[in-house]
Amino acid sequence: MTSLTDLTVAQLAATLAKKEASAVEVADAHLAKLDEHRALNAFITETPEKARAMAAASDARRAKGEAGLLEGIPLAIKDLFCTEGVQTTAASHILEGFVPQYESTVTTNLWKSGAVMVGKTNLDEFAMGSSNMTSHFGGVENPWKRKGDNRKLVPGGSSGGSAAAVAAYMVPGSTGTDTGGSIRQPASFCGIVGLKPTYGRCSRWGVVAFASSLDQPGPFARTVEDSALLLQAMAGHDPRDSTSAPLAVPDFAAAARNPDIKGLKVGIPREYHVEGTSPEIEALWTRGKEMLKAAGAVPVEILLPHTKYALPAYYIVAPAECSSNLARYDGVRFGLRVPGKDLGEMYQNTRGAGFGKEVRRRIMIGTYVLSAGYYDAYYKKAQQIRSLIARDFNQAFEKCDVLLTPTAPTAAFAAGDKMDDPVTMYLNDMFTIPASMAGLPGISVPAGLDRDGLPLGLQLIGRAFDEETMLRAAAALEKAAAFTSRPAGY
Amino acid sequence: MALDKDTVARIARLARLKVPDEELGTLAGELSGIFAWIEQLNEVDTRNIEPLSSVSDVTLPMRADKVTDGGIAAKVLANAPGGAVYIDSSDKNAGGFFTVPKVVE
Repeated sequence: MTSLTDLTVAQLAATLAKKEASAVEVADAHLAKLDEHRALNAFITETPEKARAMAAASDARRAKGEAGLLEGIPLAIKDLFCTEGVQTTAASHILEGFVPQYESTVTTNLWKSGAVMVGKTNLDEFAMGSSNMTSHFGGVENPWKRKGDNRKLVPGGSSGGSAAAVAAYMVPGSTGTDTGGSIRQPASFCGIVGLKPTYGRCSRWGVVAFASSLDQPGPFARTVEDSALLLQAMAGHDPRDSTSAPLAVPDFAAAARNPDIKGLKVGIPREYHVEGTSPEIEALWTRGKEMLKAAGAVPVEILLPHTKYALPAYYIVAPAECSSNLARYDGVRFGLRVPGKDLGEMYQNTRGAGFGKEVRRRIMIGTYVLSAGYYDAYYKKAQQIRSLIARDFNQAFEKCDVLLTPTAPTAAFAAGDKMDDPVTMYLNDMFTIPASMAGLPGISVPAGLDRDGLPLGLQLIGRAFDEETMLRAAAALEKAAAFTSRPAGY
Repeated sequence: MALDKDTVARIARLARLKVPDEELGTLAGELSGIFAWIEQLNEVDTRNIEPLSSVSDVTLPMRADKVTDGGIAAKVLANAPGGAVYIDSSDKNAGGFFTVPKVVE
């Protein structure tokens, strides 16, 4: 019998249904992997006791014939989701030791469907970063390495721990959040599937806020079908999030099991051919187009003229929203407090000591662009650009059903690289941010290896609330690419 | 757009962030670089373009104006830095306080 940790979510669900293994056995097998690969630093908090208790409860439910969609499936949760009674840090010193008294809607939905939590994963501090290097708890190591080169690589970010945990077979699936690429880029770097749903598909309630008009929870898994199963459980209308869409949850898994894309129009945006993209990624993108064409799709060249402005506009919108959201960390009601001689000094000392360098930098960008006299020149301008970006996509979707692009301009880079100039790091998200600005769903599918043996992903972008078409195309791409590589030693 | 050290110090004060003096120069350089890169947005003609503040088409929903929660003072205070203070320690759902440094002399 193959090892339980090699199985996908769908295979584990079948194994558990046939009673070939119990949820407790499945949990134990995965907890052993957490032990084995602790050096990757993928987790900030491991919750083995909770996992075993949840697994035992799952076995009891199954015995009574009450199995849910993800009954007994072990999952890792990005440490940005509030989990009742379990420390939630956002990888920041300012929230170290914070124990939420309530559970986020997305994790509540997962536990209702029978899933089991094994721990809380590492991330860039407050989800601000593309390398996982800004975590207060240290960077995460990507399980993949370049051939013949032992240097540690980053897993991408911000959801780097969640991506590394799935790539290293510690869990079959995990949750992430994506503001500008924080699910899709690490999925590409780690050779797995990462899905950012349409803004409003999954509730943001109980997720530590970064940029509220962009933040969206979503799943990581090793197959497109698994990502659909997880999304199915996570999604749904939540009255406690005013931007949560009041829509029924479609059968995402059925869409992912149907890779029929005959006649589907796949848009290839011309503006995504940009300088600085690795030639291997350009070649992979062309191969992806050919694969979809061979499966019956019709490639169409489309234009998204404002693409290059999405990234600089994002670096106004996201920091502006972050500076407002992070104003709540003042040392009064929760989190770190560093004393001062008066209240004002206490605020400054607490925030100065509690936030890391990148977070402080973004709060300052946001404070500046929102300060008196600058609002129109920066924030309003960026929101106008956002309108133009959304309009570009609307026009493109009159000519096609789904877009195919690279996920990231490079493969995973070495830990410590790109740290000197913030803008160089920001460029990592150039292919993921436009869809974020327009609130559209995107998925990264592993499509090949580069000459160093590192995984590369391709991104599919769908119409708003049409994850189903996107999943069908993703399933077709997955089938054609037949990516079966594993990181050496995992 | 180049930011000088004084501007950076002013932004830090506005954001209630203590930034050591010796870091102001580096930050000024980094922020200036970011704003110089952002300047390219000025190439785009945005006259008569409505700003997009939310991508969700739906109008924000209304709800009934009624109390839906309450009686959880102890939970609200559970993460209080330095601990919460209770008037009556036997009733943790009434009269609990966060503590702050003295504000009024």
